[in-house]
Amino acid sequence: MGLLSDPNRRRALISLLTRLNSPICVVCYMAGVAWFMGLAFEPFTLRTYMSENAMGSTMVEERFPAGERALTTGREFSAHKKKAGGMPVDWLVKTMQARGLEVFTQRFSRKLPFPDENKERYMVKGTNVYGILRAPRAPRTEALVLSAPCTPGDSNNQAVGLLLGLAQYFRNQIYWAKDIIFLVNEHDLIGMQAWLEGYHHTNTTGMDWSPLQGRGGSIQAALSLELSSDVITSMDLVLEGLNGQLPNLDLANLFYAFCQKIGVLCTIQGKLQRNDWDSVSGYSHSVQTMMLMVMKQASGRPWGDHGLFLRYHIEAASIKGINSFRQYKTDVTTIGRLLEGMYRKLNNLLERLHQSYFFYLMPSLSHFVSIGYYMPAFGLLAVILLLRALDLWVQLVSSPGVLSVLTPLVISHLTGVALYTLPIQFQEMAVEQFPVSETEAVVLTAIGYNVFLFIYIGWRVLKLVAVLYLAVLLGCTALINFSLGFILALTLVPVAAFVTPHVPKVLSAFILVILSPACTLLFSVFFFQELQELPVSFQEGWLLYLSVISQGILDHFLYGSLVYPLIALLVYPCWLLFWNILFWK
Amino acid sequence: FVFIMRCNFRIVLFLPPGLYKTPGRKMQIWLFYEELVIRPLHSGDIYASFQFRTVWETDFMRGNKVSHYRLFPKSLGQVISKFSVRELHISFTQGYWRTMQWGQPFQPSPPGAELWVWFQDSVTDVDGTWKELTNVLSGIFCASLNFIDSTNTVQPSASFKPLGIGNETDHRFLRYATLPREIVCTENLTPWKKLLPCGSKAGLAVLLKSEKLFHSSFHSQAVHIRPVCQDWQCKTTSWELRQTLNVVFDLHNSAQGKREWSLFKMFSRTLTEACPLASSSKIYIDITDNPQGEQFEVSPATPLLSQAVVLGDRRTFSVYDLTQQITFGTVRSLNLLIRWKSSEGDMLRPLLHAERYVAGYGLQTGEIHTLMYNNHPYRSFPVLLLDSVPWYLRLYIHTLTVTSKGKDNKPSYIHYQPSKDRLRPHLLEMLVQLPPNSVTEVTVQFERALLKWTEYTPDPNHGFYVGSSVISSLVPSIVAMDTNSTRERPLFSSFFPCKEESSYFVRVYTEPLLVNLPTPDFSMPYNVICLTCTVVAVGYGSLYNLLTRSFQIEEPSPGLAKRIANIIRKMRGVPPL
Repeated sequence: MGLLSDPNRRRALISLLTRLNSPICVVCYMAGVAWFMGLAFEPFTLRTYMSENAMGSTMVEERFPAGERALTTGREFSAHKKKAGGMPVDWLVKTMQARGLEVFTQRFSRKLPFPDENKERYMVKGTNVYGILRAPRAPRTEALVLSAPCTPGDSNNQAVGLLLGLAQYFRNQIYWAKDIIFLVNEHDLIGMQAWLEGYHHTNTTGMDWSPLQGRGGSIQAALSLELSSDVITSMDLVLEGLNGQLPNLDLANLFYAFCQKIGVLCTIQGKLQRNDWDSVSGYSHSVQTMMLMVMKQASGRPWGDHGLFLRYHIEAASIKGINSFRQYKTDVTTIGRLLEGMYRKLNNLLERLHQSYFFYLMPSLSHFVSIGYYMPAFGLLAVILLLRALDLWVQLVSSPGVLSVLTPLVISHLTGVALYTLPIQFQEMAVEQFPVSETEAVVLTAIGYNVFLFIYIGWRVLKLVAVLYLAVLLGCTALINFSLGFILALTLVPVAAFVTPHVPKVLSAFILVILSPACTLLFSVFFFQELQELPVSFQEGWLLYLSVISQGILDHFLYGSLVYPLIALLVYPCWLLFWNILFWK
Repeated sequence: FVFIMRCNFRIVLFLPPGLYKTPGRKMQIWLFYEELVIRPLHSGDIYASFQFRTVWETDFMRGNKVSHYRLFPKSLGQVISKFSVRELHISFTQGYWRTMQWGQPFQPSPPGAELWVWFQDSVTDVDGTWKELTNVLSGIFCASLNFIDSTNTVQPSASFKPLGIGNETDHRFLRYATLPREIVCTENLTPWKKLLPCGSKAGLAVLLKSEKLFHSSFHSQAVHIRPVCQDWQCKTTSWELRQTLNVVFDLHNSAQGKREWSLFKMFSRTLTEACPLASSSKIYIDITDNPQGEQFEVSPATPLLSQAVVLGDRRTFSVYDLTQQITFGTVRSLNLLIRWKSSEGDMLRPLLHAERYVAGYGLQTGEIHTLMYNNHPYRSFPVLLLDSVPWYLRLYIHTLTVTSKGKDNKPSYIHYQPSKDRLRPHLLEMLVQLPPNSVTEVTVQFERALLKWTEYTPDPNHGFYVGSSVISSLVPSIVAMDTNSTRERPLFSSFFPCKEESSYFVRVYTEPLLVNLPTPDFSMPYNVICLTCTVVAVGYGSLYNLLTRSFQIEEPSPGLAKRIANIIRKMRGVPPL
């Protein structure tokens, strides 16, 4: 600090920073991107390891024998599901009771804000069925959850069968120290939301549900099982939850450890692990895996039924059985043993999972990048904004009036509020007036207007405020959801850095639109498809883009995802401020 | 000493049980009863309840020096006289009684340890005596009762009345505490068995083998000491020690799903004799649901039947008297066998049951919900709800609501004692009327306190326990509901329901709660965070300095020589240095 308190040296430093501002910014940007890309390089990452002692050193034996019977139960379930035309509540209640569980049901109903075209639902009514295995001599203070969704059609019958098979097997064991709740939820996430809200007696999204009759205390961990075929080739682990929350890394470690032990192929983001990290293809493979995780996390939506547990501080993950055309097949008994092992270790937990990381990225299932490693990448981008702000501050001759920037700030935020409220308000009107589908109506009202604001104040003051605003906004976002913060920073920081009224208008306006949040999302959609090796044409991509936006809005209203309000109420107004600077006269 | 012991034992054997003469003093009476009640449950599980009762006509109080104990355990006798205890109830329970599946227990108890004591009104320093007493009991029962201190002790004003004789109900002399976290194990069972006159050598106590008792769904052992009347005129009082042990064996774990139970299967022992010191030794099997033997069959059959109104319900029991040799048959060993014929296990609808949970998410606030179900079709009854909540959950008592059937239900009596941080817990007692066929919900919001870093337990992420709430009530009995009561009784006896049978006392314990408090990360990242915060604080201080002060270059003040030189120069008219 002596450097800064000496006016001479301070002046020299500031002049250096202002003189070299643009080169430093460019270097920082490059360094940030390079750092981020380096994260997927295996020598730079850490191997995963089990931090929780209660799960690490203790040995458990897996003895689950009844895979075939579980499949039979699954077929029975499928038949009853077909007969009932939905959840076979009575059959499930009876079957669970026969296995010695305490069985309860929960009814729920929800009217969506607008029809969901992907899943074709508008008025949702359903029933959750859950059975509680009471731990022999535990006083109902702790519980674990195993859930399987009851989906229409032929999928997931095996998951329910295996769930019932495990319930029967677990019931005869004496070693349980925590109650185990076996939950079959209808209408996937909506049912899960209803059950979780009922269990914790909260109502954050205005859903109607009947109160739960039986509980098992505070839930320590949960797994959601999805399984659609009798044999599988690999198990996929899904971690990304609501608002980009992740479960404790130990849960992923546990899954990986048991897959290794039992000999099941395991994937994350549907990608197998590769050993050739030093080859180009090996590196690009792990970049792809990590980028998929970043994209999924940035979307802020729950990528499996587990995603909603995380809000309640319950560590949860989804496990999906995948059947592809590989030689190596795994039967249901083995998956049952995998789950048995995981639940026995979770049962051994003395405390909640807390030892390992909550903030991480995974370039493969055996390697992870912790928050300490990935934050510098964002920091390098964020420092550009601070440097720009410093530059502007020095250039300002007179002290700026704060009130002068109030008008553009208020106006751009009002547009943000409009963007937040109008799509839902006007979609009905649009559907009535024009021959468009509901989804399109929502999206078009959302992106249909661009506001040109012409406000006459000193642009430097405005830009200074806008740059600092963006820095705070992105900083906070990155702390909660790194991926979202980083992707937004990647596109918005260049905009914030270069926009002045003196750059060529048309070209800059074009760049500004290209780097707007809406276009970022469009590119992300194409990029995501590319990463998943499912490239789409522009037409399909556009439709996908529209549906992604409507899904985002639905996620907000159904589950309380915060990405849509964040973009609409904060990021978009901030971008508008830069637009405003460009057209300053 | 051994020789004397043996002599005593022989004398005991020759005298008729119960009457023993102490030389030089008036005749004293010791009585010892033991019994086991077995109730086959609808769920297929089986419930076994042991009771050992020792009655001793003596007076510890009023300065009497007692040195001769015989059947009464000396350790407890000394505790009673030293701490002037009038009544003592202690229970250790592992597991939670499942009212919906098992009905009401004979002796309810909360998970963990529970201790409540009425002191004599001669005790001046009740808190001090209580503290000493808990420490002594902790030693006697090998339990962590020494963790009972002022932060988990309350003085309930209405819920815990003395069960023995005496009308003193000044709750200044009552102390109640629970330790929901206490784990019950063999080391608690052994000292408990040692209090029995026959130890675990003879009588029903041979069945108490820990490897079986702890392989169960529910295990509860208790000791109750209270003064009782010796005769119906209550001229003399005597002390009663009741040791109870309740255990429920699970159909799936202990019986491999087979609906067939025997003494051997339950306890891996059979019975060969009664305790020689016992004046009564009996086994009861509850066959109420099985009058014609269509549900289950019991063998060996017994002609002895007994009827009693238990928990408001008229029950029939088969009785096996162990003092009779004929009970043991030709093989000289009794192995009761209960074989179910049907296999259905529906949920019960007990007249009163309760549950409790924490609502909400996040680590700042929460809400405790207590649900009380009155399943009686047409009668409402009042219940006393006792809630003792540790101080680190700061109850917002203004948010207390009691609702039944969607309407506000105003409690007719509320006793609330606010907590003091680190000193005493919240105590909330309410008298609530439960309407018929309804659910009454009591909710109160709380804030989770931030503890000092030394106050966290070694496993802070496990959570902190809140003890069970206690619901005490006089529940209208099933006997009174019985419209066909004229069947077995004379008409003149059945028009007005008589008081004893019209309602019965039930105590229901809810499940304890496990609540997470905001917990710092006590690990390496915690240090990193501390370090970072320090660095940020220092950086912020300097930056703040830089932003708020303006810096100017100032010439250093010239030295003495220079000043003198300048004065001379000035005098000479030359510009200064």
